[in-house]
This record gives sequence, structure tokens and C-alpha cells, in this order.
Amino acid sequence: MFLYSSITKKVLMALAGLFLVTFLCVHLGINLMLLKNDGGRAFSTAATFMGTNPLIKVAEIVLFAGFLLHILFGLVVSGQNRAARPTGYARSNSSDTSFFSKYMFHTGIIVSIFLALHFCDFYFIKIGLVAPPAGIAIHDFYNRTLLLFSTPWYSLFYIVSFIFLGIHLNHAIQSAFQTLGWNHSKYTDAVKVIGSVYSVVIAIGFSIVPIYVLFFLNKV
Amino acid sequence: MTRLNARIPEGPVAEKWTAYKSGSKLVNPNNKRKLDIIVIGTGLAGASAAASLGQLGYNVKVFCYQDTPRRAHSIAAQGGINAAKNYPNDGDSAYRLFYDTIKGGDYRAREANVYRLAQVSNQIIDLCVAQGVPFAREYSGLLTNRSFGGAQVSRTFYARGQTGQQLLLGAYSALSRQIAAGTVKLFNRRDVLDMVLVDGKARGIIARNLVTGEIERHAAHAVVLANGGYGNVFFLSTNAMGSNVTPSWSAFRKGAMFANPSFTQIHPTCIPVHGDAQSKLTLMSESLRNDGRIWVPAKMKDVEKLRNKEIKPSDIPEADRDYYLERRYPAFGNLVPRDVASRAAKERCDAGYGVGATGVAVFLDFADAIKRKGHDAIDSLYGNLFQMYEQIVAESPYETPMMIYPAVHYTMGGLWVDYELMTTIPGLYAIGECNFSDHGANRLGASALMQGLADGYFVLPYTIGNYLANEIHTPRFDNTSSEFTLAAQAVTDRLKQIKNSGGKESVDHFHRRLGKIMWEYCGMARNDAGLTEALYLITELRHEFARGVKIPGGLDEYNPEIEKACRVADFIELGELMVRDAQQRKESCGGHFREEYQTSEGEALRNDDEFAFVGAWEYSGRDAAAKLHREELQFNEIKLSQRSYK
Amino acid sequence: MNFTLKIWRQKNVTAKGEMVSYDVSGISPDSSFFEMLDTLNQKLITTGGDPVAFDHDCREGICGTCSLYINGRPHGPVKGVTTCQLHMRAFKDGDTIFIEPWRAKAFPIIRDLIVDRSALDKIIQAGGYVSVNTGGVPDANTIPVPKEKSDAAFDAATCIGCGACVAACSNAAAMLFIGAKVSHLALLPQGRVEAATRVQKMVACMDKQGFGNCSNTYACEFDCPKGISVANIARMNREFLGAKLFSEKERVIKESL
Repeated sequence: MFLYSSITKKVLMALAGLFLVTFLCVHLGINLMLLKNDGGRAFSTAATFMGTNPLIKVAEIVLFAGFLLHILFGLVVSGQNRAARPTGYARSNSSDTSFFSKYMFHTGIIVSIFLALHFCDFYFIKIGLVAPPAGIAIHDFYNRTLLLFSTPWYSLFYIVSFIFLGIHLNHAIQSAFQTLGWNHSKYTDAVKVIGSVYSVVIAIGFSIVPIYVLFFLNKV
Repeated sequence: MTRLNARIPEGPVAEKWTAYKSGSKLVNPNNKRKLDIIVIGTGLAGASAAASLGQLGYNVKVFCYQDTPRRAHSIAAQGGINAAKNYPNDGDSAYRLFYDTIKGGDYRAREANVYRLAQVSNQIIDLCVAQGVPFAREYSGLLTNRSFGGAQVSRTFYARGQTGQQLLLGAYSALSRQIAAGTVKLFNRRDVLDMVLVDGKARGIIARNLVTGEIERHAAHAVVLANGGYGNVFFLSTNAMGSNVTPSWSAFRKGAMFANPSFTQIHPTCIPVHGDAQSKLTLMSESLRNDGRIWVPAKMKDVEKLRNKEIKPSDIPEADRDYYLERRYPAFGNLVPRDVASRAAKERCDAGYGVGATGVAVFLDFADAIKRKGHDAIDSLYGNLFQMYEQIVAESPYETPMMIYPAVHYTMGGLWVDYELMTTIPGLYAIGECNFSDHGANRLGASALMQGLADGYFVLPYTIGNYLANEIHTPRFDNTSSEFTLAAQAVTDRLKQIKNSGGKESVDHFHRRLGKIMWEYCGMARNDAGLTEALYLITELRHEFARGVKIPGGLDEYNPEIEKACRVADFIELGELMVRDAQQRKESCGGHFREEYQTSEGEALRNDDEFAFVGAWEYSGRDAAAKLHREELQFNEIKLSQRSYK
Repeated sequence: MNFTLKIWRQKNVTAKGEMVSYDVSGISPDSSFFEMLDTLNQKLITTGGDPVAFDHDCREGICGTCSLYINGRPHGPVKGVTTCQLHMRAFKDGDTIFIEPWRAKAFPIIRDLIVDRSALDKIIQAGGYVSVNTGGVPDANTIPVPKEKSDAAFDAATCIGCGACVAACSNAAAMLFIGAKVSHLALLPQGRVEAATRVQKMVACMDKQGFGNCSNTYACEFDCPKGISVANIARMNREFLGAKLFSEKERVIKESL
């Protein structure tokens, strides 16, 4: 991992990242089924499909590999970046560049913390590593979700995490294109716009569910 | 009578170079490896020479005072590089380039050298393109040319306004390739302070490591000087802050003759001096004179109002403006050669009609051109220059006329060299701006880049072989021999002497004073009385410097003040030689204008009967006046005539 | 104009450095930044102080020697200029100005504000050239080069090698510098011939020098005094990937007699 050249490391990170970006789209689709007022049938069907289909099982391994790759390379690259400037400036850089692009590592860390928690709440329960809360079956993701989101602090944390993910994505998508050398005077601006729109859609899309659960679900 | 032998090959001028190459001695590849060459300077000439010699198989050591070779001041050249390619099909040829260069130099250059320069010019373009120099191109993908002063054909290749940069980066890349191959070893951040002679031949140098202060000895079979021009003798010039004469001057003190030191080029379009803290002058490309009109107010009352900021330049009506170049030179108008334009500006300012806060500036006005061609057309032609001007002066040339004034730009004089570019010290070569050979008394635009690269890529690699062929039995030198020890000791003593002079004033204080003397008395116009005065003032300055300079810090550490002090000490001595040279040349030619020798209309008056020679000076001791030797110039191809731009 | 300067002072590479405060007064707004520092140094010299060492040479914005990190920006607050072309009118009277050296592991400090940028030279030596010899090249017009490509190559080639990109980058990466050289040569048919090996050698050398990785913040482009575009970095990435994926395995050809 350390032996790869700087560009190769970045390219692998970018590829893994783009793969994760497409995964987010699928995940969002399933989450939005919660909004369907059918007592969670659609959602549960999708969740069961995702949990049992053998092809998805394979995809899941690839997905975890993607996460792992992206995070590990992120750590290595960030470590090297820090080492490249052992003594910092008294006045930190005031160049007028996009602020959060310099904090990809930090937004990444926040997202990883969320991810860890998310695993505890769902995936580890699914594979039987963690016991589900009392009164909820192992595969009952619907009620599990409703229970979690009915706790305001959890919903808040969830929403904040997705705002940070949005910020992360906003830079990440066009950045991945740049790293992969997919740059063109005609299309690069479009990529940047689409990337920004996508990151907003992801952040809002995921946030809708807890807001719905908190404020609308049982109040209509 | 004289020791000067230019060793020009026999035969017609067009065949001399071919004949020379056919007859010169060669060194076989196995022997090249055993021969060491030192190159001083990494500008166009030095970098191209070091790269070419390394590629041939010699062991090369290259020195520069900058942190990397790519910073040498060739990088600042804007305009372009001449070559007789005749791509535009407008009748150019090597002969025409040769002719224009000799005429432009006011018939004070050596025919054989200039012809060779014109001949190899085409090869330079071929090589630079192959190196990846991005010259300007047509939509066809082929190279384009533009015209430049002093020529009636378009023969100038260019890379926007950064031709020097692109050519230097080309040479630097070739040099880097040789450094990676191990044939060239780079010594950056080194000042070369002395030449070492063994049995009368150049055999090495003494250098100071600018970071550690260590005095280093380097031995070689031949030494090549490519340390550029000495315009900084004027303190304010368009040269880089570090540009200096020290390597050339140490060669002079060891017996290399210095030719035509007073021939300096004053460029007419520079940004004027703003105040006493000024450290450097910035050139605005000559191309601006194609569309700008130069003027000063015709009435003294307007001059005063302008200075008091009561009126703006645009308030002065057309009838009250003095377009003095158009008035004096109706045929060429604003496009007269550099020396003529510079003197005319000085004449107006001396008469009290100068503009700006200091009164030493003239207007370069684009209002008419903007009206005629439109804002956009002017922007596409000069946009970057206007921007640069606005950056420095904080005024927009679109709204108010530019202010310009002449500034020292290039030095045609330099170490005397023969046809092989060897100085009067065997084994010591001088190439590029630091020699005197190709530009006579005035250099044409886009010719300096041509000469630097011609010398480095295509002339020196041949001629140095002719010398080194006789050195193949000379074993590598031991730099602990008595000659090296003595030279190193002398350098150390000199540094200590300067350091311990115990004065109160900074180096810059003396440098500024020297610059003022040179500019006042040995600048755009010179006269006998003024030069005599200058000699007195410089001698006085030299003594004051010796006991009055203050150097903080130590000798064995990074110490820019000691660097500057060594350079300024040499500039002071050079200044004296320049004045002597200007005084002995009782004629006006090119950049050298003696007020006593002018036509009734105030134009330069050459004296070919008595002064068609190269004045080469020989050092005769610290306190003795240098001795003048003459190399008579033979003009077999070209008939001498008076330059006229009326 | 009057200013308070906070300047990094450090004797040599191993010494410990610190920010030291100085006052300068009577500075003309038309003075360049270096002329202001000259004034400070003249005062320091004549009053027995130790003048501040800084790198500078051409003072017309082209040699790339100057290298000051001023108030959190390489080459100061004005976009598109080098420190030597920065004028004091860009500041307000009475301002406090922080002046620091370029900070990067690959650029060790020599003294005060001077850093050693030879790492950039080493990268060029690793392959930033076209391997032609003096002599034996075709006529300059033999190979036409499309004007757009030639212009784009020129834009990349205007890099002055000052290292501001490294100084500006939050990761001290040199990608813009190398990207510019790789692009310049890869865009021209003359440089195309060895483009695949060049980019690999230059990137390998860059990594060895201890520069950081690019995280596409584009601070380099923003602070580049010559406005070199980050599109050059993308091109280098493309060149590099292409070279790694598609170039043949290197063969060592033994020359036999």
C-alpha cells in the first residue's frame, strides 16, 4: 500500500469512492420506501431482497472492500500529506479555494464514525454479532429504523452526518474525475455541477427519512 | 605591435566556418572522458554549452550563483530570436542577417564572427523546436515570424512575450538531461571569484559556496565563461539583481583583455524610476512603439501644471504636444533604433520638458491607436504589457498615456575573444553576452538570444575541441598545487579585507553612488570633461569603499552582503575602465554617443578612419591604468555608410 | 506608509527559528515588496543588526527565485503576481505583515526566508526533457503542431518553478509543477515520443522527494503567479494511468559487440 505511487493511491481511492457513490444511490432508493405509507411492506421487501440475493451478497463483499480501500488509502495519504509539511505556517493559508476541500480527511472521519455506528445498529444485528433491542426481530429493519429515528438525538446525529457526507461528496465527485484524469474543457464544468447536485440530493434524501419519522409518521 | 590575433580563417566570408570545421582538430570519445571543462553561468550560452559539451562526452562542471540553472537572466528576454529561415518567403538569407547585424552594430563588429552567427541561426530554431520549445505557430501548425527593429524582413521567432524563458527552459532541460546522465555536475549557489592559471593556461577556478561560505577549488582542462553582461554597473538596470561581472573581471585581472567596455545599450522603453528606494528597472517591450506615440508637452507651463497635478495629460491639446521623434525623424518616427530613441528622450528631459513626478519620463500614448484600431485590437496586441504596467505603476495605459524612460539593458562590450571564442588566456573561453564579439556598438532586437545559443550549441563545441585536442596528454589536475593554493589564499584575503574594512555604510550605498556617476557621465551621452570628472569620482569612490563599507555577518555562512560587496568592488574597477574606453573613443557610434562628435542635426558622427577598431584593454595592476590594444576591423563584404533614419 | 513586519528568522537548516517583529516607516506605496525589505535591511545593516535573508533575482516576475509566504499566501495577497511584482499599495498603512518561508519537507530552510528548492530540479532531471542531442534534428517546420496544442503547451510551459504551488498546497504537493512540465511536453509531437516513460520517471522522483499527495483543493492554481491550470494535473494523471496500464514491460536490451 505504501509502495504504490502517489497517483496510483489516489486513483484507487477515487475508483473506490465513485463505487461508493453509486452504492449511496441504491441505498437511498431503499430508504425512501420508508416514506410509503404501507406499514413498511415495500421497505421490508427491498431489505429482504438485499439481505438474501446471492448476487447482492457478492456485491456486498465488493462494497466492504471499497469502504476498506477508500478509508485505508485515505489514512495513508493523509498521513503522508501531514508528513510533507512538518513545520506549519504561523498564518495559515488564506487562498480563496473551496474551504471544505482542505478538510476531506475530517469530513471523512465524521462519516466513518457514523458508518461504525450504523453497522452496530443494523449490519451487526443482521449477522447476529449484536443482539437486537427488546421486542424487535433480527430482520425487522422497518421497526428498528422507526425506533431509532423516534429518538431525536439520534435523528439529529444522522442528519448532521449526512450533511458532512454531502460536503465530502461535493468535493469528492469532481475530485475523483480530476484524479482519474477525466478532464475536458467542455465537460468538466458539467461534472462539477452534477457532482454538487448529487451531493445535495444525497444529503437531503437521507435526511428526509428521520424528519418524516419524527414529525409526520404518527401524527397524520 | 599587439598581442591580438583574431585567428580568422582564410577564404571568402561565407566559407570560413565550413573551412574551419573541416580543418579543426577533433578529440576522440575515449579522450573526451579524460578532459574536464568548467562552465560558469547557466544562461542561454552557459546552459547550452554545458549541455552540448556534456553530450559530446567531456566531463563538465557548471556553476551558477542562482539556486537553479533555470533562473539565469536570459529568462527575462521578451521579444524573440532571429534566424535566417526565410519561412515567410520575404527574401531573407544568412547574408542579409549578417548585413543587418553589422549595420545595426554601427560597423564595430567583426565580419567573420557575425557571418558565422547568421549561418548557424537556422540550426538553433531546429534544435529548440526538437527540444519542445513552444514557438508561436500559424493555424497550419507551422512556425510564424514577426518583424523587429533594424530589419526589413520578418525573421523573428517568438513565444508570446516570453521567448527568453522558453529558450532557457529548453537549454535547461538539455542540461538537466546531461546532469542526470552524469556528464555534467551542477554547482549551484556558487560565486566564481577567481581564475587559476597554470603555465599561462586557464586551469581552474576558485568559487565560494554561498550557503556555507566555503572557498572551493575546481580544476579543469579548459574554462568557459558565460556569466552574462555587466549592466548592473549602473545600479539601476533591467538586469537581475545578482547579475555581475566578477568572473569576467577576475579573468581580466589574470590577463584576459576586455574589449569595448563602454558599449552599453540603453533601452528606450522602460518604466521610469519612482524614487530613491528603487532597486530595479523593468523593460516594456519595444513592440509598443509600433502603435504608441511618444511625446512631451511643448509648453513649459503645461509641464508645471502636469507636475502639480493641475491637469491631466489628456487635457493638453494636440497643438501643444511635442511628438519629438516624429518631428526629428519623419521617416522612421517612433520606430527609430533604440539608441536614437533613448537619446532623444534624454534630450527633452534635460531641456526640462520631462513628465511624471520626477521629471525624467516621457509619454507613450496609445489614445490614437485605440481610436484607430479599437480597444480590443490593442488589447490583443499589448494586453499583457498593459497589465504589467498597471501592476507596477497603478495606472491604466488605456486611460492615460504610459510613462517611459530609457534604462540600461545590455552590454555589447565584454571579454575580447578570437574567432574560436577564446580570450587572450589560452584555454579560457567567453561566450554569450560576456564576450564582445557580435554586436559591435549596438545590438539589434532578438539578436542576443541568437548569439547566446549559437555560441553554446554550435560554435564552442567545435572550437574548444581544437584546443583540447592538444591537451589529451595532460592528466587531471591536482587542485592542491601551488597555483590553486595561492589563488584560494588571495580570494580568502580579499574577502577578509572587505569584511574587516570597518566602515559604516552598506554595500548598496556605494553601488548606488557608482550607478549615479556612471549614468550621469558614461550613460546615454558622454563628453570629455564629464568623463574626466567621472574618473576622479570613481577613484574617490573606490578608496571610500575600501575603508567605508560595512559587512554584517560572517564569511563562513550565508551572507548576501559579502556577495554583493565582491561584486560591487569589481563594478567599481570596471566603471573606471568603461570611462577610460569612452574617453579614448573620440567618435560617436551606436550606443556610444560623444557629444563632441555629432552632426549639425545632433546625430551620431562615426569616425571610420581612426576608430574602426576594437579597443581591447589589458590589465596592468591595481593602481595603474589599463593598456589599450587595437584590433583593426576589416570590412571586406560590407561598405561602411552613415546610418540615417530621417 | 508604516508597517509592522513579523518575519521568520532562522540562522541555518539546523538552527531553531522564530518569528521576529520589525517596524518600517516612510515606505512609498509605489515601492515593491522587496524594496520595502531592502529599506529594512539597510536600516539593520547601519544599526548593527542582522539583515533578513530572502531569495530574489530578476525582480520582474519571471525568474521564479522569489518565495515569500505573505499573510497566509505565497507571493502575497495579489493574484497572479510574484512577490517581486507585489507593491506596497496592496497593503493598508499600519498593517501587520507576516512573512514566512515556503514550508515543506522537500524544501529545507537555508536561512531566514530562503529555502532549498533543488527537489524541483531533481524532478526535471528525472525526465522533464526531450532526449534530443545538439545537432541531427529535422528542420523546424518538418512536423506541424496544431496551434491549439502548441498554445496549450506554451501555457503549461510558462511555469517559473518558484514552488508557490507547493507552498500553497495544504499537503505540500508539487503536482502542479510536475503536471505543467508533463503536459507541456506531452502535448507536443516532439515530446510525445517518450511521454509514457517521462511521466512515470517524474512521478516516481516526485514521490521520493517527500512531497505530499494531491487532494484537488486547487489552492495551487489559485496562488500560481502564472495562472497554470489544474487541468495540467488531470492530464498528468491521465498520462500516468495510461502509461502504467498500457505501456509494455520494460525490456533491457543488451548491446552486443
